[in-house]
Amino acid sequence: MGSRQQILHLWLAEAALDQAVVAWAFHDGTRGGGPGLPAGDPPYATGVAALEDGWHLIQSSMAAPVAAAHELSQLRHEFLLERRIESED
Amino acid sequence: MKWPSGVAKLVPLIPEDAPLPAADHRLTTLEVARFVADGYLRFDALIDDDLNERIIAELGALAGAKFPQAVGKPPPEDALERPATMTPLSQCYPEPSLVGEWIRRPEVQGIITSLVGSDPLYDHDFVHLLPGGSTYEQHLHVDAIVDSEDPTFDIQLFYFPGGVSEGGGGTRFVPGSHLRRVRAEDVARYQHIVGEQQFEGPPGTVMVFHHGLWHAGQPNPSDQARWMYKLRLNPRVPQVRLWNTDDFAACHNDASDHTFATMRFDSVAQVLRQGQPWQQGHELRYELVQRARLWRYLSGDEGFDADYYLTRLEQRAPLAAGAD
Repeated sequence: MGSRQQILHLWLAEAALDQAVVAWAFHDGTRGGGPGLPAGDPPYATGVAALEDGWHLIQSSMAAPVAAAHELSQLRHEFLLERRIESED
Repeated sequence: MKWPSGVAKLVPLIPEDAPLPAADHRLTTLEVARFVADGYLRFDALIDDDLNERIIAELGALAGAKFPQAVGKPPPEDALERPATMTPLSQCYPEPSLVGEWIRRPEVQGIITSLVGSDPLYDHDFVHLLPGGSTYEQHLHVDAIVDSEDPTFDIQLFYFPGGVSEGGGGTRFVPGSHLRRVRAEDVARYQHIVGEQQFEGPPGTVMVFHHGLWHAGQPNPSDQARWMYKLRLNPRVPQVRLWNTDDFAACHNDASDHTFATMRFDSVAQVLRQGQPWQQGHELRYELVQRARLWRYLSGDEGFDADYYLTRLEQRAPLAAGAD
């Protein structure tokens, strides 16, 4: 008996958790034994919608210094969420 | 040209009956502006079925030469002769090569000439062959390594001689991602991006990518082998107004074209303003700045701007100092 972790990465349009999801990634430590993501593209409209569905926020991107010359790189507003699923294993 | 779903088509700018590409096979100004905004252009069924069918055998032979080398093994002694990196394209794949025939087709030459000049350097090519039922899947990536800051760019041509049917698992790519400077592997974390696409289309379709576009090969759930020929080319001339510029004067705007003041709806800036679904809010402004920079290089107009972001910053201090 133990718990398995599900991880959800959300990248939002801007820095606030109630803004739109623009990218996501799901990693499932239950190997399909736990709940999946809601159908949809994206599965949650905003970060807050994921909280309302039982996800727990464990990390968000820090406010980064202003990039030189408006440079763009990776998606900037990253939020990491988890769910712990009880397992019989 | 097929326009991707989810992206507003600029009907007033590019009418349905507009000849695409331009009559001399080069791109138009508005097509090149679209390339700057989206990082790619797509030409459905550009190549006829005759060449699409004939070229498969040669692509198979090319794959036979390239695949061993890609995994550190020498190619077979009778392997097809391949060009060396930095060979001028005009010297690659001489007749009767069918790959050479494809390269020398006027409609392909028109795309190449418009973006990297008429005789760019061959960088490399590769045959992406995935048997039906293959589960091989790449993570999202950018080719090569972190890129330079200058606006010059390579192109990568993607040719699908057999096409890809709906659900056939064609190349995944993220429109508008090409102007972000990233390590090649860092974007692997994005399993899904709103507005990303997966290629499907008829035989003979050719796509041209800016080298920075994020992309990934996908599994082939169909029962048919999937062929894609990729060719990377380096410019060796300034990439300034190499396309058909018949429409340039009519659509190239000045720096006053500004959404929050007065704006044009028929200008290059209006094409550059069109964001992708994953580019929302203020983020799109930074994208627009990068696009304006690239258009300055391509147009040769260092005073070009879209929505005044660059010009405002560049002229503030001189103006404050009393310069005319």
